[in-house]
Amino acid sequence: MTDTTHQAAVRSAAGPEPAVPVPVPAPRRTRVWRGLTPWLFLLAPLALLITFTYAPIANMVAYSFTDWDGVSPELHYTGAHNYTELFTRPELFEVFWVSGYYLAASAVQIAAALYFATILSFNVRFRNFFKGLLFFPYLINGVAIAFVFLYFFQDGGTLDSVLSLLGLHSDHAWLGTPVSANVSLAGVSVWRYTGLNFVLFLGAVQSIPGELYEAAELDGANRWQQFRHIIAPGIRPVLALTVILSISGSLSAFEIPYIMTGGATGTETFVIQTVKLAFQFNKTGLASAAAVVLLLIILAVTWLQRRLVPDDKVDLV
Amino acid sequence: MNRRTVLAVAAGTALLLSGCTGTGGTSKGAEATAPDDPSKVSGTIKVLTQRTDLVQDGTMKKYAAEFNKTYPKVKVEFEALTNYEAEVKIRMNTENYGDVLLIPAVIKKNDYPKFFASLGTQAERSRKYRFTDTTTVDGKVYGQSPIGVSPGFVYNKKVWREAGVTKWPTSPAEFLDDLKAVKSRTGATPYYTNFAAQWPLTSWTYVNGSPSCDTQATTKLADGDPWAKGTDLRVGDTLLYDIVHQGLAEKDPTTTNWELSKPQLAKGKIATQWLGTWAIIQFQDAAKKAGVDPDDIGFMPFPAQVGGKFCAVVGPDYNQAVNVHSPHKEAARAWIDWFTDKSGYDKDNLAISPLKSAPLPAVLKPYEEEGVKFIEVSDAKGAQVKEIDDQSEVGIYKPDYRQDLVDLARGARKGSLDDFLAGLGRKWTEARKTVGS
Repeated sequence: MTDTTHQAAVRSAAGPEPAVPVPVPAPRRTRVWRGLTPWLFLLAPLALLITFTYAPIANMVAYSFTDWDGVSPELHYTGAHNYTELFTRPELFEVFWVSGYYLAASAVQIAAALYFATILSFNVRFRNFFKGLLFFPYLINGVAIAFVFLYFFQDGGTLDSVLSLLGLHSDHAWLGTPVSANVSLAGVSVWRYTGLNFVLFLGAVQSIPGELYEAAELDGANRWQQFRHIIAPGIRPVLALTVILSISGSLSAFEIPYIMTGGATGTETFVIQTVKLAFQFNKTGLASAAAVVLLLIILAVTWLQRRLVPDDKVDLV
Repeated sequence: MNRRTVLAVAAGTALLLSGCTGTGGTSKGAEATAPDDPSKVSGTIKVLTQRTDLVQDGTMKKYAAEFNKTYPKVKVEFEALTNYEAEVKIRMNTENYGDVLLIPAVIKKNDYPKFFASLGTQAERSRKYRFTDTTTVDGKVYGQSPIGVSPGFVYNKKVWREAGVTKWPTSPAEFLDDLKAVKSRTGATPYYTNFAAQWPLTSWTYVNGSPSCDTQATTKLADGDPWAKGTDLRVGDTLLYDIVHQGLAEKDPTTTNWELSKPQLAKGKIATQWLGTWAIIQFQDAAKKAGVDPDDIGFMPFPAQVGGKFCAVVGPDYNQAVNVHSPHKEAARAWIDWFTDKSGYDKDNLAISPLKSAPLPAVLKPYEEEGVKFIEVSDAKGAQVKEIDDQSEVGIYKPDYRQDLVDLARGARKGSLDDFLAGLGRKWTEARKTVGS
């Protein structure tokens, strides 16, 4: 800067030049570097993102227009044939009824997570212990959870033993009928994901400034009123996000039912069906099309939800 | 360039790149010839195997050491894959799938020449070996199974004796009566489906050939409705349905456990399971570990007789093949020949030898005494059957439809057996038209 002012001063002395000092542009090299620097920083993440996210998706979309079987060196372009096949076979979409169980379960899950997040945001004894306890299931690997619960639901397994301690001698095959199996599996997913929702809610609740509670208490608001008028509006964006995640999660439920039942006894979800098409019946093309359709369905549902419940800026104060 | 164009270009490149997959060069039609002089052949070969247990406990290394006595310059390395089918399937898209591998079920028979080197003509190899038929394309053989297996019921002799059954049942109805006797006279579970493990249900497909004692059973699958009245699969599936429907199977099939079922059968808590000769050794081991007599593990054929004789189908296990891209095809071929002929792998596993000249293993002695007839089912139309199976999504080599069958039998699914099997037949015959013969 000093340099520029000096130059300007010299020039104005030399002749009738404009008196306002014009900043001289930085040298070309510097400008190039300035433009390039952010991209250099982005190089690594972008390379990873493109290699492991966009390229596979592009690949999948490309496969969805072929009849590839997954191994053969030959594949033929078949146009939209896979998509017409998908949409002319309604039985392929019947499995979405199973998602209903998971959707109902996510409602329970969000309610439970919200309840615990609110309670534990107040001063409760052992609150850190309870926080850990609630979040813990989310840290366990999904495959391990599936195996643990396979023993849990076994005939004479953990659940039956606990029930018999309480005097209930049930002879119920928990994974035996479609309704019972789906409810059991959805229960497992509630157990697993409540912790995640809980942590999200807790973070949001704790970001609400403490003065608001104090002011509310001075005004004589009870706990329910505090929740209704301070916490609920304060965590609305997080709540909306959780709902979106739950819906897309229910539509694409996979891990737990796949390992526990393999989709038997009416527990097949859309993703399990897609995996079976690709890896059992070697219809990689059709399965790719199914995956693309699922992606579009989830995008559409999300869009619809954003239209119905717009995400306004929340201003508590 | 603004930001959007950069991203668009990147995405476009990704699309272009992806367009290149699946079009690797092919070196079709190579041959893996047996070396003339064992002392000269050299190289390091990698052998892919599904037997993780044998690699871990060093058994495979012992085979390799034995192999090196004849072929001193060949170094053999093993790679055990826990989930063999799924892992190899992905690697088949590259050229790196070992030098010797087991032919995965997913590869279409007509594609064999693109992936594997030929081991010789069928005319020549079939004189010495069994099962050449399953891997023959245009008169050339591409794989060889080191063992032969025969499907059948593994059962606990003691439990069956206690139930008062001393003779093998000769018809499905008699078999059901015997299971009922087991149920009422002993505390054992008469039959265990292993529903949750899935593949034990799949093995019911290997009933094919036994009830009719027909070497053309597989051809008939390709040419007609596999569930028409009197067909092998219908006989087998009806038996499975009746077992479950009459309450002769385990109480809660959805939470079964394969590993646990072995000691349970050995100890007599389970009486019977439909598996294959390959399973005998595993159950005997389980018996030894549980401290009970391994001789109580029995094996019986499918309960059906043709002309007063039982019929047992002998088929190959996984076939070993040479990678067509392997730089050491001679060494790889030497391994396959040695492993098939001289390793003793078949005897170690109490299995049927792949050599036509070899005698039956000792575990099948009761078969010889009963005069059980051994047949090999022709695989001439095997490729077509697989294609119809995939196209129809019925899955006779997959567990799904039999899981549905078991659910149907125990009332967790609505419908009748006849409608269910007719539905399968309809899907099958429709797909058969589109696949074309």
